[in-house]
Amino acid sequence: MSQVLTDLDTAAYALRLGDDALVHGQQLCAWAYSSPEIEQDVAMLNLALDLLGQARALLTRAGELEGRGRDEDDLAFLRDEPSWTNALIVELDGGDFARTTARQLLVSAYTVPLWTELCGSADPVLAGVAGKAVKEVAYHLDHARSWTVRLGDGTPESARRMQAGLEDVWPYAFELFAVDPLVERLVARGVAADPTRLEPVWRSTVEAVLAEARLAVPETTWRPAGGRSGRHTEGFGHLLAELQHVHRSHPGASW
Amino acid sequence: MTSPLWEVFVRSRRGLAHTHVGSLRAPDAHMALRNARDVYTRRQEGTSIWVVPAAVVVASSPDEKDEFFDPAGDKPYRHPTFYEVPEGVEHL
Repeated sequence: MSQVLTDLDTAAYALRLGDDALVHGQQLCAWAYSSPEIEQDVAMLNLALDLLGQARALLTRAGELEGRGRDEDDLAFLRDEPSWTNALIVELDGGDFARTTARQLLVSAYTVPLWTELCGSADPVLAGVAGKAVKEVAYHLDHARSWTVRLGDGTPESARRMQAGLEDVWPYAFELFAVDPLVERLVARGVAADPTRLEPVWRSTVEAVLAEARLAVPETTWRPAGGRSGRHTEGFGHLLAELQHVHRSHPGASW
Repeated sequence: MTSPLWEVFVRSRRGLAHTHVGSLRAPDAHMALRNARDVYTRRQEGTSIWVVPAAVVVASSPDEKDEFFDPAGDKPYRHPTFYEVPEGVEHL
């Protein structure tokens, strides 16, 4: 078996992407058996399953490159809140369907250019995950766009909720484009996507959807952040408890 | 409020006809197509989907079953079973 060389930078980056996908998928699962129609149940859980698949590959890669012998399960189930590096936007409570849709729109409009860029990553595993993920997230964006337009350009009540959901989630989107030393080093090595190139793509995608949906671009300049360094929102502990308790209650259990 | 019902047809691969696979609810055609993708093609069942409003499907009535279908019952000559298959023809 070939030895994978330790690469802590790429490991940390893969962990960020994996945590984003896993936590977002877990949040979408809150809609299981709660959607207005069974068709939406299935649709939301399909999105969640796509994200879970991405997370598995990314956490596995993070574990390999970290060189401490941790596998995807160790990383998913045995880390506490401060060790999670997902952006805050994916852990936000989904609220009503409009807010979940707003979160999906803002995240998918970022993951589409992200994975498109990462198809050319110098890390072969990231490039491989990207090749698969780019088609999945294109559908996620289409799903979010359809519902944003339907709700935003729907009844007065649906438009009010869609705008409110958008206002709630909007400030958190910008953490996705933050540049820190880790990202700088990896962009220079051709491993990571350059966030400064992703943001204009994101903005034009989102603004086009909002215009079609007759929604206003939020004006707030508040920019909460902290997820990348393990400082999470209050609800995150509950989310992790639900995600991890079976594994922790029955260590080593398998299907 | 419940969304309208749609009938879903999936073509499993090129060259085959679309086959009815079930129904679903969706507010419009755009959503119906996406719901059909999510509900009926999650396991690579299809390469093409049709959705049709269930309301436009005109169905035969069970009451008319006798005059619709029974007359065909005693006409075996309509089946292509009276031809001899020429030798060497494999896929007739």
